[in-house]
Amino acid sequence: MGTESYGTSQAKGLWGWINARLPLDKMLKEHVTEYYAPKNFNYWYLFGSLSLVVLVIQLVTGIFLTMNYKPAAAEAFASVEYIMRDVEWGWLIRYLHSTGASAFFIVVYLHMFRALMYGSYRSPRELLWIFGMLIYLCLMAEAFMGYLLPWGNMSYWGAQVIVSLFGTIPVIGDSLSEWIKGDYYISDITLNRFFALHVIAIPLILVFLVVAHILALHEVGSNNPDGIEIKKNKGPDGHPVDGIPFHPYMTVKDIFGLGMFLLVFCGIVFFAPTFGGMFLEAPNFDQANPMQTPPHIAPVWYFTPFYAMLRAVPSFAGTQVWGVIVMFGAIALLFFLPWLDRSPVKSIRYKGAITKVALALFVVSFVVLAYCGMKPPSPVLLLASRVFTAVYFAFFLLMPWYSKIDSTKPVPERVTYHAH
Amino acid sequence: MVFVATPFLASWKPSARAKAMGAPIEIDVSKLEPGSMLKVEWRGKPVWVVRRTPAMLKQLEAAVPFLADPASDGSVQPAYAKNEARAIKPEYLVVLGVCTHLGCSPLPKFEAADVTVSADWPGGFYCPCHGSKFDLSGRVFKGVPAPSNLAVPPYSFVSDGRILVGADSTQPA
Repeated sequence: MGTESYGTSQAKGLWGWINARLPLDKMLKEHVTEYYAPKNFNYWYLFGSLSLVVLVIQLVTGIFLTMNYKPAAAEAFASVEYIMRDVEWGWLIRYLHSTGASAFFIVVYLHMFRALMYGSYRSPRELLWIFGMLIYLCLMAEAFMGYLLPWGNMSYWGAQVIVSLFGTIPVIGDSLSEWIKGDYYISDITLNRFFALHVIAIPLILVFLVVAHILALHEVGSNNPDGIEIKKNKGPDGHPVDGIPFHPYMTVKDIFGLGMFLLVFCGIVFFAPTFGGMFLEAPNFDQANPMQTPPHIAPVWYFTPFYAMLRAVPSFAGTQVWGVIVMFGAIALLFFLPWLDRSPVKSIRYKGAITKVALALFVVSFVVLAYCGMKPPSPVLLLASRVFTAVYFAFFLLMPWYSKIDSTKPVPERVTYHAH
Repeated sequence: MVFVATPFLASWKPSARAKAMGAPIEIDVSKLEPGSMLKVEWRGKPVWVVRRTPAMLKQLEAAVPFLADPASDGSVQPAYAKNEARAIKPEYLVVLGVCTHLGCSPLPKFEAADVTVSADWPGGFYCPCHGSKFDLSGRVFKGVPAPSNLAVPPYSFVSDGRILVGADSTQPA
């Protein structure tokens, strides 16, 4: 190469040759070894990297599942059983994928709750939050379409219920749901297109959004449990005084977290893959039957809070579109969170009693709604669903008011950190 | 943009084969016992034919106080089925066995006062998904999630005991 040097890297050899042509070294520094993260991260900060790990698990196991799965109504159910019984290690690949779906929602819900607690959606992280919400939407679409693929009876009727949601829209509803299904009912045609969306279209969008989410994060910098902007206090070296390089400090922490996660994850994969009917539902061990609804239809646990809201709203004015509006509204509201919170401080640590009670009630409403959505309808659960749907909405809709009048504690100059 | 998107979006509509498979079907109801129900599949949906006994037809009147739309003003049915029996011949009820809430298939609960539904149950259909109730004409109860009566598909009698589902004089096969 002589003495000429291209790019910014001073490295020699193959690494230098590559870096003169592709800024690998520069990217590694920017996003890993010289990305300064707040030193007061706690265990709540594990769930972002864990969701990335689960995404990789889902992509890899998913690719291997497509090698034996047949996306046709006549063959799909049998091909999943073939994977389970005849393909070497097929059962493991499938259980990793099915458990991975639930694990994805667990880590993402915890990740989102962390953001709620520490105000990680506040300025300048609004766009970061919106990318995160779009990822959550993709994840829901991905989970819903993936659930049809085994072509079990719960797959079938679950899809029937969700596609019918679009049919409730006045005027265009019927033709819209027919367009989604590509037939007059959920058929081979529907299965085939859901397969295409589940394995190609949505994962592509998902990966793109994850990259955008991380780039946006690294542009504005991570929030922390104190909700303090560490970039406002930089040392003579130009790095935040309360920041430490992501690698090796955070990677070590994340690898420890990953170990803990894998312990639980593998425990479920090997010892309780159906998780008592919560991760894989019993009626799904029967093949799809358009003529026979299972005695009780419930979506997988991660959708049940929204499903409870759907059931809680009665129809009036000759349409049941209201329940659908409430259900989608519950998700849409999350997008507006950065502008609903008017508190002068970000973190729950420095917020007052009203906000703490509101957040606690929100968590209770989410859990109660999740429970109500799993159980068959009953008058008591219906009442509970209605009350807690109201609580869920009040958390968001009253936030501009209660976050403003709530008392706050003074936010310190530096992050709270106790060396061990 | 619209020009390029059209073929892709239109490719999602029911294909020629899907449309052909949605053609009308003819069913034999002459051997159906009074008081029993026949389920057939049309366009992937269950079509129910219930041969109602005179006692069951009486239950229709008993159900009226519970109903949201006893005259079938807000539901989907051909004009010839917009009556109390919601049928061409009151003896034979032909409805789509698809809950108008979110498309589950309700269960037949023909016995009045069936305790699995409620003590004052006048007999009809009960949807296990979200608890919607319908009477023996597929008319929806008040205060349940389903917004309207069960839909009646277009149908006609080819002969006394043979019904053609999916076609009638206004929509020939």
